[in-house]
Amino acid sequence: MLWLEQRPVPSDKMRWLSPLIAVVLTVLTGLLMFALLGKDPWQGFEVFFINPLKSTYAISELVLKATALALCAAGLAVGFRANVWNIGAEGQFIVGAICATVVAVHMGSHPGFTLVLMVVAGLAGGAAWAAIPAFLKTRFNASEILVSLMLVYVADLLASWLVFGPLKDPMGLNFPQTVMFESEALLPILVQGTRLNLVLGFVLIVLMATYILMYRTHLGFKMRVAGESPKAARYAGVSAKAMVWLGLLIGGACAGLAGMAEVAGPMGQLTDKISNGYGFAAIIVAFVGRLHPLGIGLAALLMALFFIGGEQSQQYLGLPGSISMVFQGMLLFYLLASDVLIRFRIRWGREGQSPAPPAASARVPEDGATT
Amino acid sequence: MSINLFESILFATIVAGTPLLLVALGELVTEKSGMLNLGAEGLMSVGAVSAFAIALTMDSTVAGLVAGMVAGILLSLVYGFITIHLMANQVATGLAVAIFGVGLSAFLGKPFEAKVLEAVPRTVVPYLSDLPLIGRALFAQQWMVYVSWVLLALIIWFLARTRAGLALKAVGESPVSAHAIGLPVIRIRYFAVMFGGAMAGLGGGFISVFHTPMWTEGMIAGKGWIALALVVFATWRPSRVLLGAYLFGGVMISQLFFQSSEVQIEIPSQFLSALPYLATILVLVLISSNVKMIRMNSPASLGKPFLKENA
Amino acid sequence: MKRRMILKAGLAAAATSMMLQAPMALADDPAKIGFVYVSPIGDAGWTYQHDLGRLEMIDNLGDKVTTTFVESVPEGADAERVIREMAASGHDLIFATSFGYMNYVERVAKQFPNVRFMHATGYKGGPNFLNYNARFYEGRYLTGIIAGEMTKSDILGYVAAFPIPEVLQGINAFTLGAQSVNPDIQVRVIWVNSWYDPGKEREAAQALIAQGADVITHHTDSTAVVQAAQDQGAYAVAYHSDMSKYGKDAHLTATTHHWGPYYTEIAERMLEKEGMGESIWGGFKEGFVELAPINPVVPQAVQDKVAEVTEQIREGEFHPFTGPIVGQDGKEVLAAGQTMTDEQLGKMNFYVKGVNSKLPK
Repeated sequence: MLWLEQRPVPSDKMRWLSPLIAVVLTVLTGLLMFALLGKDPWQGFEVFFINPLKSTYAISELVLKATALALCAAGLAVGFRANVWNIGAEGQFIVGAICATVVAVHMGSHPGFTLVLMVVAGLAGGAAWAAIPAFLKTRFNASEILVSLMLVYVADLLASWLVFGPLKDPMGLNFPQTVMFESEALLPILVQGTRLNLVLGFVLIVLMATYILMYRTHLGFKMRVAGESPKAARYAGVSAKAMVWLGLLIGGACAGLAGMAEVAGPMGQLTDKISNGYGFAAIIVAFVGRLHPLGIGLAALLMALFFIGGEQSQQYLGLPGSISMVFQGMLLFYLLASDVLIRFRIRWGREGQSPAPPAASARVPEDGATT
Repeated sequence: MSINLFESILFATIVAGTPLLLVALGELVTEKSGMLNLGAEGLMSVGAVSAFAIALTMDSTVAGLVAGMVAGILLSLVYGFITIHLMANQVATGLAVAIFGVGLSAFLGKPFEAKVLEAVPRTVVPYLSDLPLIGRALFAQQWMVYVSWVLLALIIWFLARTRAGLALKAVGESPVSAHAIGLPVIRIRYFAVMFGGAMAGLGGGFISVFHTPMWTEGMIAGKGWIALALVVFATWRPSRVLLGAYLFGGVMISQLFFQSSEVQIEIPSQFLSALPYLATILVLVLISSNVKMIRMNSPASLGKPFLKENA
Repeated sequence: MKRRMILKAGLAAAATSMMLQAPMALADDPAKIGFVYVSPIGDAGWTYQHDLGRLEMIDNLGDKVTTTFVESVPEGADAERVIREMAASGHDLIFATSFGYMNYVERVAKQFPNVRFMHATGYKGGPNFLNYNARFYEGRYLTGIIAGEMTKSDILGYVAAFPIPEVLQGINAFTLGAQSVNPDIQVRVIWVNSWYDPGKEREAAQALIAQGADVITHHTDSTAVVQAAQDQGAYAVAYHSDMSKYGKDAHLTATTHHWGPYYTEIAERMLEKEGMGESIWGGFKEGFVELAPINPVVPQAVQDKVAEVTEQIREGEFHPFTGPIVGQDGKEVLAAGQTMTDEQLGKMNFYVKGVNSKLPK
């Protein structure tokens, strides 16, 4: 009989190995799926996993897609570490995009200055939208999970109202879109002939900043403690409320920045189609990346691969586009499942027959998140 | 407001509230055992697509609903295994279920898109349906609505009056103590999770087989999340879930009636469409701020894994 | 085993990427035509009609062409990649069938000057980039006549997605058509804020019927409105496709879209290496719009009248937006005898009198 025995000390090796296991399992299941769907598994593998890497343009698209995911995920990870569950990154993304758009459309075009202002607007907009669940949680104990999620729908409708109304391009034949941004309000392209723009720089900065915050500052230490063991945190004098605010604001700001990069980058305007699921995919990226900036960078590339692979599968294999979501969900499941190997090892024999004594405490948050 | 209009709104409200009622009741039972399953949206989606597909191919509404429940059970078992046996974080796993369920249902539902199912006829209760004001709304509905009320009654009875219900609540309050007195905590939690999955699948099936009746990807459109909020709104009491479900249904419906009334309203339709979500937030704030009430009513071990070693 | 798998994958990748990168079509190779769809094809609706057009084109041109299509491409930044992928993989002609692709088509068209791009319902163009649209409002006017005659309550319902010009043209034309035979009608609009949400569409239809509408129509992509009408014993006028099989008693007719002949023409131009031609906004005259067969429950006299006005529209003798047209506020929008120009139509942002909804400001 296979059974799980708790390890004396959680395995660091498994912490980094388990995402790899999850990826391999996902790929294998994917191959099986392709076969079951009547497609040649190798062709499926190639279209899904290799095609997105086949040219400079393709790689630039992969990186571009990954930047939005990495930005959102880096911010979310800070919150998740502190046990603050921001599910509304999608809404914060949208509001960040809206605020950046308002600047782009109304503040005239000044080289350099407009963009800086747009960045600030994106950060502020996203943070403000995240402040709502933060406030409602700290003041009224309302679940940040549900509030932030409801606000996603509200943000989407808000964007729709704005592009049909106050922000509508007067020369746009009454279609729900703003004017196209002037070139001063667009992020400069980094690689000629591609769409990869300065957002890559933002990502690197944010990843470094969150790394420094979480692993090199006292505040970050407090946040991690708060997430792992609220009781210990209370002894250490960490304010639970401060954690909620920080976790949500940082997550919101990063998502808002990603939103700004979307309208100031590949879109070049705000339309009612601004929402495309980055905020939710980022949650998976954060987990697969082990809530660590380096892991998040890699995980974002992987998820971008899944997205683009799904598109390629549609065009070349005739598979439905939703195959990406299936892969993403599977990846997360396998990750959560293989994570068990961090705290437990698999043993043969009868349960309880291991020589190792049971451990004091496992790396499990004592107080799970409650609604 | 004319009588007819009131009846119509009440009628539509009950229809809109029924899937919420079903899903929320299921999640309530799950949470009573201490398991927090955020995957309702995904469970409803796979339930909806399965119910529709089977109802269509086997030309049987009941077969469809059964299929919906089975789909919900299967997906919730994935959640159960990962959180109960592998003791993974319940919030993350629930989210994975939500995302995966929506994607999988879209994927599997491809061949069934825009196919048409015969509408399920209304089951009109004689005499009662002729009651003024409420007769049509309450007693001239499709039969699944009546089933939802029966299920509500059963769950109320189960939780309040049976030993099994007591055991469930004990596990939710303190799995360690429950284990100490010999209750099979793991098994009870699995059952609670599967029941939640079945109800969510049923709720999804109601939407795709009774309400619309068709399948389209993304058709659940957030109702799973609203159902989760309903459980909090109801402070984990089944009778309150009924109130909440119809209240939310009412909010979702009335904005449509506003828009189409004779009165010309200046309110943007996007704002009206946002009302159910804003209402959910408001309700959460009002209920949750009464911390004492929350602490008294929410299962104490909600969201925490059960570690045998700690028992 | 793993190494062999990687080797195999690598070889396959190399081989396929060589094939994919080959833009050189030999003279006898069929031309590749790509279609970018905004929603699933399904059984009815906007994309379904475009796909019918594609199939008709294949029918007409046989093995001179092969087609590729990608469904449910969102109208955001991802669209550019999909369109570009098509252009880069040897397609000679690409149809982008939704407004939101416009700016992306423009960009890709500049990068691929040898590929022809056709964009539906837009307003930008370029040397290798045209747009095409249909005068759906002509059909709406005609269905309005039928609705105006068939209603007993004088309340007509409209389930609409978003207030873009095409939708407003439809609502106004429908209202004008109904008023031409029945000046007392009112049109009530519900905005569902989605092109495809059968649940909400159904609830909206039911709300309209509950408030007295006995003929309803829609500008959304699903068949829910027709089904709801059938369920409640009301009449329905469908849009995009003939939806009579979804409501045999309720379905009066539909304004249907026909892209086949136009797609064939454009493909032939490409095959014959002729010039791009011009952007086009075609109606009944060009065969872009037709009415579905009218339900026999509609009296013959009404059907005859509709046939008569249809002919007038087809010959160009009658324009649905002919003055006098009065707005909701009572002010005259178009003087008697004048017809609305294409430019005015394209920018439409008002309701005619008789529509009971307020436009978002």
